[in-house]
Amino acid sequence: MAHITRGEVEHVVALARLSLTPPEIDRMAREIDAILDYVETLRAVDTTGVSPTSHVIPLATPLREDRADDPIDPELAVANAPEHEGSAFVVPAVIEGEEEG
Amino acid sequence: MAKATVAALRAALDAGQQSARDLTEAALARAKSTQSSLRAFIRLREEGARADAAAADARREAGCVRSALDGIPVAIKDNIAMRDEVVTCASPILEGYVSPFSATVVEKLGAAGAVVIGSTNMDEFAMGSSTEHSAIGPSANPWNRKCTPGGSSGGSAAAVAAGIVPVALGSDTGGSIRQPASFCGVVGVKPTYGRVSRWGLVAFASSLDQIGVLTRTAADAAAALEVIAGHDERDSTSVPQPVPRYTDALTQDVSGLVVGLPEEYFVEEGVDPEVLASVREAVGELERAGARLRPVSLPHARYAVATYYLIATAEASSNLARYDGVRYGHRAAGAHGLSDLYRRTRSEGFGAEVKRRIVLGTYVLSAGYYDAYYRKAQQVRTLLRGDFERAFAGCDVLATPTTPEVAFALGEKTDDPLRMYLSDVYTVSANLAGVPAISVPCGLVRGMPVGLQLIGAPLDEATLLRTADAFERLAPQHVCEPPDPT
Repeated sequence: MAHITRGEVEHVVALARLSLTPPEIDRMAREIDAILDYVETLRAVDTTGVSPTSHVIPLATPLREDRADDPIDPELAVANAPEHEGSAFVVPAVIEGEEEG
Repeated sequence: MAKATVAALRAALDAGQQSARDLTEAALARAKSTQSSLRAFIRLREEGARADAAAADARREAGCVRSALDGIPVAIKDNIAMRDEVVTCASPILEGYVSPFSATVVEKLGAAGAVVIGSTNMDEFAMGSSTEHSAIGPSANPWNRKCTPGGSSGGSAAAVAAGIVPVALGSDTGGSIRQPASFCGVVGVKPTYGRVSRWGLVAFASSLDQIGVLTRTAADAAAALEVIAGHDERDSTSVPQPVPRYTDALTQDVSGLVVGLPEEYFVEEGVDPEVLASVREAVGELERAGARLRPVSLPHARYAVATYYLIATAEASSNLARYDGVRYGHRAAGAHGLSDLYRRTRSEGFGAEVKRRIVLGTYVLSAGYYDAYYRKAQQVRTLLRGDFERAFAGCDVLATPTTPEVAFALGEKTDDPLRMYLSDVYTVSANLAGVPAISVPCGLVRGMPVGLQLIGAPLDEATLLRTADAFERLAPQHVCEPPDPT
């Protein structure tokens, strides 16, 4: 475990709202460690003073006319929901104190 | 039917030899008869396609044919939305999802009169290079059923190679159109980032994703790209430049064309020497026809795969946060509270490769690692873009192999994610730099197709298509069929 510990993998899995079995965590840790080992090659690149690219096309935020449009029908918008009431999505109660950080 | 191109099918329609209904029935029949061996499709759109074909025939009768694609059967990758049709991205988490709207490219295909016959198989959420990460099982390569057609747009490539449809849409985030095109002996185009609207494309890595076409010939690719390209105000990354008439650009003339050969991509390391020889021969054909070859250097190309997997997974982890069991898709039963619902739903609904990428992407964006991984990758991306800018200052196109090897065996790389990722070693750079690229068949190695990749300057798809079309005419033996495509 050169780059990532099993504990770190467990933490990230929780952050990503996934749950894995202990053998799955072990395998994930091995595979991610191998990938991180490969990406170590980037450390050799001198990036001092290089600005990061988040987007390749130099576009300013495009603006359009602010006009009324036909929005999606609310009935249609919830039609794929596993559970809905009228035009609202139904979720389980958000119970206090059941979540870690 | 198997040899059908858009041009040939249109000629048959124009001559009254076949109707759009005939073409659609033939495409549907062929999709069905090859499904057990190729698994190219996730679902067929039989009734809708028949209705669209009948409408195309009525238009033809009335003398108002809409475009070169009017009445032509096409397929779309299963991450492209079509109103009232199911779209799943080959993932259990989207099982049964019916799209309330159509992607812009689907609207454009419809406006052109093309008949969508179904949705093609793919790696789940386009994450993979073999279609083996599909909820319905892998597609096979029409040239050899034991081999992968590539991925993630493997179903689209197989459908075109097997002669089911002359045009299929795919998406390309790191090579997902070009690599399967290369493996299946067809043409695949990844347009410039922003050239084709992504409205209605299910997002994987938003700074890299682009929709493109898979066809049998460069001329068909030009005709199809002409239909789907263009500005769309619903996609804020869409570029406002007008779309040239790509079909008019196919002059067959490459004299004076400057073809750059990136020296980093012509080293005999990590590549099948026969693949490299085949690509060198193809470049020689262009030179004999008057093109000038020029060595160029992309010094940061060697870092492209590492850069790509950091950026793509980071963006994927963010994009896939929306699958939570609340608004659409799968919802796990028996959850205790909202967070438990998220965890159970996502753990049940995503496959192993998608989970791996979400975890890696979450990690590289997490506190303490963001600068070392994600920001570093974005900086290297800037350097790689600079490499391409310098290269295109002196060249019209760059030529490289599309893939380091011909199609590999199904199952060969499923246990080694890193080896699978290296399948994209020649293709990811174009996505990182946002430039257009095409793969065109340039030979066979041990009976399997090899692809020549041509990379162009931003928004210069016309030169890529002209070069690819000229190459097909210089070396027509490479436009070929799988020996037994049934």
